[in-house]
Amino acid sequence: MQFTVNGVPREVDVEGDMPLLWVLRDELGITSVKYGCGIAQCGACTVHVDGIAMRSCQLPADSLEGAQITTLEGLAEGETLHAVQEAWIAHQVAQCGYCQAGQMMQAADLLAAVPEPTDADIDDFMGGNLCRCGTYPRIRAAIHDAAARLREG
Amino acid sequence: MSRVGTIARRSFLIGSAVLAGGVAFGVYTVRRPHENPLEAGLAEGEVTFNPWVLVGPERITLITPHADVGQGVAHMQAMLLAEEMRLEPGQFDISFGDPSPAYWNRAMGEEGAPFLSSDQGFAARTTRTAMGAVMKVLGMQVTGGSTSTPDSFDKLRQAGAIARETLRRAGEIRTSIPSDQLRCEAGAVVLPDGTRIPYTELSAQAATIDPVEDAPLTPRAEWRLIGQETERLDIVAKSTGQQAYGIDVSVPGMVHAAVRVNPRRGVLTGYDASAARSMRGVSDVVEVTNGVAVVADNSWRAFQAVNAVDCDWGPAPYPAEQADHWAEVAASFTEDRLDREWRAEGDVEAALSGDVIEAEYRAPYVAHQPLEPLNAIVRVTEAGAEVWTGHQMPRFLQQQVAAITGHEADQVTLHNQFSGGSFGHRLEFEHVRLATEIAVQMPGVPVKLTFQREEDFAQDFPRQIGMARGRGAVAGGRVEASDIQIAAVSSSRSQMGRIGQNVPGADSQIPAGVWNVPYAIPSYRVRAYAVPELAPTSSWRSVGASSSGFFGESFLDELVHAAGADPLAERLRLAIDPRAVAVLEAVAEMSGWGREPAENRGLGVAMVESFGVPVAEVIEVEATAQGIRIHDVWVAAEVGTVVDPVAFENQVQGGVVWGLGHAINCEITYADGMAEQSNFDWHDGMRIWQAPRIAVRGVELGGSVRGIGEPPVPPAAPALANAIFAATGQRLREMPFNKFVDFV
Ligand code: FES
Ligand code: FES
Repeated sequence: MQFTVNGVPREVDVEGDMPLLWVLRDELGITSVKYGCGIAQCGACTVHVDGIAMRSCQLPADSLEGAQITTLEGLAEGETLHAVQEAWIAHQVAQCGYCQAGQMMQAADLLAAVPEPTDADIDDFMGGNLCRCGTYPRIRAAIHDAAARLREG
Repeated sequence: MSRVGTIARRSFLIGSAVLAGGVAFGVYTVRRPHENPLEAGLAEGEVTFNPWVLVGPERITLITPHADVGQGVAHMQAMLLAEEMRLEPGQFDISFGDPSPAYWNRAMGEEGAPFLSSDQGFAARTTRTAMGAVMKVLGMQVTGGSTSTPDSFDKLRQAGAIARETLRRAGEIRTSIPSDQLRCEAGAVVLPDGTRIPYTELSAQAATIDPVEDAPLTPRAEWRLIGQETERLDIVAKSTGQQAYGIDVSVPGMVHAAVRVNPRRGVLTGYDASAARSMRGVSDVVEVTNGVAVVADNSWRAFQAVNAVDCDWGPAPYPAEQADHWAEVAASFTEDRLDREWRAEGDVEAALSGDVIEAEYRAPYVAHQPLEPLNAIVRVTEAGAEVWTGHQMPRFLQQQVAAITGHEADQVTLHNQFSGGSFGHRLEFEHVRLATEIAVQMPGVPVKLTFQREEDFAQDFPRQIGMARGRGAVAGGRVEASDIQIAAVSSSRSQMGRIGQNVPGADSQIPAGVWNVPYAIPSYRVRAYAVPELAPTSSWRSVGASSSGFFGESFLDELVHAAGADPLAERLRLAIDPRAVAVLEAVAEMSGWGREPAENRGLGVAMVESFGVPVAEVIEVEATAQGIRIHDVWVAAEVGTVVDPVAFENQVQGGVVWGLGHAINCEITYADGMAEQSNFDWHDGMRIWQAPRIAVRGVELGGSVRGIGEPPVPPAAPALANAIFAATGQRLREMPFNKFVDFV
């Protein structure tokens, strides 16, 4: 099947039910996309499919024909990081960092839909992204900061 | 190893190290330094001054041997070295280095000595020194017990200062300008006229002279990096998807493996793998201890295939049903299971002859489950074994692998990796052993074993299960007597037993946080009872204090309320250690303690000392129609000196989230011998919508420098329970709390 990953057309020969997570990690070597639970409970595997944040562990390969897939590697525009990444660095959010690619992909989608999210919006939208290290206070602050950076352009 | 060494090795214990009687080393054995492991691999023009610094013509490498499992110790270690070497971030690489006895942990022995942290008496000092000697002679390279910072603080600053002074001396030889006229700055020796000679250009010169051991440390007032907010060395990589973890490592020719091991921890009595063998990408099905492994060309295919193996599992070597685990704990408050009476002050029996306040508490098994599932790559050849994984006990890992492959431990190479969390999980060896067992069956082939989350849950060695019974008395508005009995399985004995180590003497982790409280209660008795091994357990972030701290501070709160006293004021009155007083005063001020809370709101306080660090927490909750909402947490911790303020705040916030989340909604229960919880749907900990604001203050009284990874955890659960009592009048005496109250 064929789809686009970070703007690059890719073709893979895999079982139709292989989740996108493993297509990306084991077939294409894109490792920012993390395996955490495999059952849509942690959000570590979050990517954008046609611009929407989705759990790649739940997306069978055969549902992706022609899809535009973006991983954290593709969120930046060339050398310029996405505002979410800049805010994540400024707030030093990561501890182990294992959840953070998924957190940032989810947060980027939140900000695309809600430019000025309230704490309640953040709770709603980020609730599926588990951080076992407990970086939630910093994630919250970084999302507000990223929103401000995006508004200021 | 000598007989003395053997005794000592068997007597070593993480977290509650206790010396077997009569272990002694000759002075020479103790003083003799370990070899510098960097000497062996020096390339042309490279120089090393000690095991932490390598300078070559192209680059400077700092060795940060403490494992980084997310707590930020790679950065912390590098900052200590860079401060003294006058290096700027970006001017050096970091490496975990090879396992070596030179990286023995100087703090762990001290922390494990069973004396109050404030005790500077002869017995306490002698024991700490002796335990340090054990750690050194045996070359115990261990990351754990919140010891990375105390172990590194003096040692790495000294190492950095020696490197700096030796490079300055090399500059003197090069230029013939006296060294007191040369400055070291930003990775270079600077001449009086401003000419800069980068360290890298001085490496060959420096290699010809002995290290300058007489190297003064930089005074605190001149610190550029220590105690300052610096950007973590890994923060950009972790914010751009560039940070590789063990699970991301790829080795040429690598195959992917998955296992299923008896979830009852018994034997494999039979299996049928015919379906698995015919699945796409599967190259092999092999047996491992108590289970089967599938080898395939992709992780997911290995998962699918191993799940298709039909396995017959033997029974559990422990009670099959959870109720029987609790019954065994409850039946352990007996004379013959008394592990030790830890405190006996005043006359408890007399003090409890009148009106007595009684309560019983429970803490369940809880899983570790860092977000990166366990994984390891192992390649076995005739010459040795190579391992890629993140691990906190590198030299034990070498032994464990060598015991399977038949090599000597030093023929095992470990490429230590950044880990996606640990919380105690990466002190264990099962995944490494299993990967090795598969790899020995396919010599020369790198085998990458990745646990499915469900397997990780099934094979996790959870936190100890325990109960406490408290009896106490109050009079005249004061707490007068407290008699606490704690019965728990010994996670330390369970954990050490798996690597063939004994734990002699009593296990100080069973009553941790209670036996060592910095309070002067007139009549105070603490007895610990060792429940015989049930399900195997392990160190879980903050170990014994994670459960016993809840028992002790909950019961104290009940006594304070019975006395009609103010929970914070009474704790302050009872506190005898200035560090404990300082953290209590800090949270009183931060939280505005004493104000009238809004309707349906309540504030609770708890203070627990663990790993030598007193931490006080005040929590404000609100009882809403949807359940309890945790609004704010105010935390103060005394660590002597805050070495890395960013990591400090992050660790405290994370520790509070960890403590609260598991207290609210996590437990592991057994049915039919198997853990009932198999993924984050039934054991998720805290999520963002429950996460409170968390204000953090580091109190620096300037004494011993301590670590902060674990100490914020123990006060969280009792502070929450005490706050819920203040808001609702309901006492929570068992975790997880969501069995009794709803949370928003
Ligand atoms: S791995 Fe997809 S949600 Fe956890
Ligand atoms: S930073 Fe470790 S799981 Fe989120």
